[in-house]
Amino acid sequence: MGGSILGNRVLRKEDPKFLTTGGVYVDDLLDEPALNGALHVTYARSSVAHGLITGIDYSDALLMPGVVAIFSGADLGLQPQPSAYNPMATRTLLAMDKVRYVGEPVVAIVTETREQGEDAAEAVIIDYDVLEAHVDLEKAMASTNLLFDACGSNVVFDSMVLGLPDNTGDAYFEGCEVVVKGRYINQRVAPCPLEVRGAAASWGTDGRLTQWLSTQHAQGAVAPIAAANGVDAAQIHVKTPDVGGGFGAKIGAYPEELLLGVIAKKVGKAVRWRETRSESMVGLGHGRAQLQYVTIGGTRQGKVTHYQLWAIQDSGAWVDMGTILAPFMTRPMSSGVYDIPNIECRTTSVVTNTTPTVAYRGAGRPEATAAIERAMDMFAAEIGMDAAEVRRINLIPKFLTPHTTVVGQTYDVGDYETSLDKALVAADYKGWREKQKARRASGDPKQIGIGVSVYVEITGGVGNGESAKVEIQDNGHALVYTGTSPHGQGHATSWAMLASEQTGIPIEDIELVWGDTDLVPIGTGTMGSRSLQQGGNAVFAVAAELVNKAKSVAARLLEASEEDIVLDKDAASFHVAGTPAVSKSWADLAVAEKAAGGLVHSDVIGVAGATFPFGAHVAIVEVDIETGKVRHIDHTACDDAGTVLNPMLLEGQIHGGVAQGAAQALMEEVRYDDDANPITSNLADYAFISAAELPSVRVVHMETPTPINLIGAKGIGESGTIGSTPALQSAVIDALAHLNVRHIDMPTTAEKVWAAVQSAR
Amino acid sequence: MKVTITVNGKTHESEVEPRTLLVQYVRDTLGLTGTNIGCDTSSCGACSLHLNGESVKSCTLLAAQADGGTVTTIEGLANGDVMHPMQKAFMDNHGLQCGFCTPGMVMAAIGLLNENPNPTEEQVRIGLEGNLCRCTGYHNIVKSVLACANEK
Repeated sequence: MGGSILGNRVLRKEDPKFLTTGGVYVDDLLDEPALNGALHVTYARSSVAHGLITGIDYSDALLMPGVVAIFSGADLGLQPQPSAYNPMATRTLLAMDKVRYVGEPVVAIVTETREQGEDAAEAVIIDYDVLEAHVDLEKAMASTNLLFDACGSNVVFDSMVLGLPDNTGDAYFEGCEVVVKGRYINQRVAPCPLEVRGAAASWGTDGRLTQWLSTQHAQGAVAPIAAANGVDAAQIHVKTPDVGGGFGAKIGAYPEELLLGVIAKKVGKAVRWRETRSESMVGLGHGRAQLQYVTIGGTRQGKVTHYQLWAIQDSGAWVDMGTILAPFMTRPMSSGVYDIPNIECRTTSVVTNTTPTVAYRGAGRPEATAAIERAMDMFAAEIGMDAAEVRRINLIPKFLTPHTTVVGQTYDVGDYETSLDKALVAADYKGWREKQKARRASGDPKQIGIGVSVYVEITGGVGNGESAKVEIQDNGHALVYTGTSPHGQGHATSWAMLASEQTGIPIEDIELVWGDTDLVPIGTGTMGSRSLQQGGNAVFAVAAELVNKAKSVAARLLEASEEDIVLDKDAASFHVAGTPAVSKSWADLAVAEKAAGGLVHSDVIGVAGATFPFGAHVAIVEVDIETGKVRHIDHTACDDAGTVLNPMLLEGQIHGGVAQGAAQALMEEVRYDDDANPITSNLADYAFISAAELPSVRVVHMETPTPINLIGAKGIGESGTIGSTPALQSAVIDALAHLNVRHIDMPTTAEKVWAAVQSAR
Repeated sequence: MKVTITVNGKTHESEVEPRTLLVQYVRDTLGLTGTNIGCDTSSCGACSLHLNGESVKSCTLLAAQADGGTVTTIEGLANGDVMHPMQKAFMDNHGLQCGFCTPGMVMAAIGLLNENPNPTEEQVRIGLEGNLCRCTGYHNIVKSVLACANEK
């Protein structure tokens, strides 16, 4: 008997294609018959941040070469649609009366080639009565100049509407020996998947619409596409080609995508759309964008007793998913890994004249972690205690049965102190403190900074299970159908490993099917680090059931009792216990079951709830105090995601997560001028992190399995980002601690670091 | 206008608009979609390919500028079923996730080793600065390139 494939460093099945011919992304569908002769759609977008539309003139554009048709919202008869998160906020898929951010689509242009569309878009003239634009959250909250009049305020969601109390202010901290306050900006960042948004749409002769979509959740796109086209969901078929990254921003379907079927019907031809990167930087949703007021109080001995957070979430110019991340993701995680007996947390979501915010890697949990970790650092600095030591004093002790924090969130399992210890040892924390001391004593302009974070986060909080189907083909190979939607995570390999473990069929002979709503009608997609613990778990359970089914078929063929049938996983065949010479292969059984509908099993497998992976990061930076330049020189990540299926893939997720965390802490920020004009709207102006700004990452393994699912796995997709961001920010500030610098907002650019040094001197 | 370009060993004579970029020529005229477009400012490097043996960003060149030249794209790297050592190194070291930056990254990495066969980690990082990846954090890309260099 060979060993289990689970837990091994298995190379990816999907890689040879990506490496030799490249993936087939939506823009690569050249051989798709239904898209033969497809026309191209280009959107003319708002050039002002807030304004009333007084006129749309596309008469000149209609005369441009290759232009087939041009549509305004009125031409398409668009009606206002309510937001799912606040029905008082409504918009049309093309702006009609009012524009609310630069980049909002206003006019759709249909041309023979894509280039003709870009030319024609420049000839569309849109007139506006420009209104005052909101960029500043607090000004927007107080203003009577509203984005959505029916909301009665620019505040579109507040935790108090959930019946949660308001924060009580400074009175809460009476009796605390030490009280420290902070105002932190968790800045707006751009998700920047390397593949921008793209889609195509074609009506079949059967009256059904096929839409190809670069998405994280095809099944979730069916209802909004059906609604946009005024047809039943059964008329919609969404297909997902390879997807070049998502990071949360491709969970929901966007107006530009929802309109393609409507436009295809109008012109009587299939249509394609792919945005440019410059469009993507203002059209694809942004992430983070929280302003945080934090107060922390406790004893001089380092025990934190009180914590208060007011998170003001920037929704941007629509009430999209970003709006609800603060109340439903940040607030529940406000206690972090700490045993804090008194916590108040209020969240307020506000619309501004900026790109709408959506989920972005971590989605609300990085913000919670950044707030409490920054507060811990400031508390430690105030009482003159080592940052790692203050954390240790306040950590929730190891628990292997559920633990509920004072804000009411129940965590599954946790061993935070061990993760902290492992990270500190692997990073040589003591050694770096010695080096830091020496550097400070020498007066070297290049100072060392050391940042520590300990975090816990929610994964698998979206959906309470997942669909899976395993089908054996006549040749004994398996098709695995999943409702998750890989876009870099390696499900084709991981789900094959899980199915192989149960069936003995080698992973080479197992193919994954996903993202096609006719073939996989039930699915919650890939988001919130749910895929393995829900989708992989479902494949594991369904494959086990299929083995039971196969045993009954084998019993019939071998004329034996079902209880006596055993599966020889090494041979991938079934025989009667004790007589291995006479066996039936998966192919034999599949052929035998053909008349009865095939050897197949499908089910939706539930899980008992979310899981709470945790860990500790140690970041080391070198800061030039004369220029403000920061170099990230060393990084240690100890992330506990429970039972590990494939350590190679786990490490890959951590590496990528750390880079995105470092990007936010050190470099990246979506910026607007005072009139809400975007000033980082391409990859030349946006400080997308590159290989040159990062060190290699030291990954320290730790596995505390969860009892929540069959395989013991928690999510790993977002942990690296959640742990690394506060560690990096803290490291930069720590490098300047001897100059009495206590806080610098992210990103800690050279300009900000230099300014902080100057004002501290 | 007419251009004659040898791509992956095969010579093509094609009619293109003068403004056609080399990347558009490769993708739209020849249908070689392995080369991707990730930005519009020559920042991301997803469109990197080899022109006359050198790694270039094919969005920064017109097809006309490649007239008479020799182009290699990701589709032209493997020898039948045998991957190029750089392709193999990316596979063995998990140097890719979503795959979108990968063709450009592989072509740029080969260009890097052509210029500097034994780079340090820092030289690899600086050498690949013009090729962006959002998934891998570059860790395993750097590892792949160093592994490929050590194999030689």
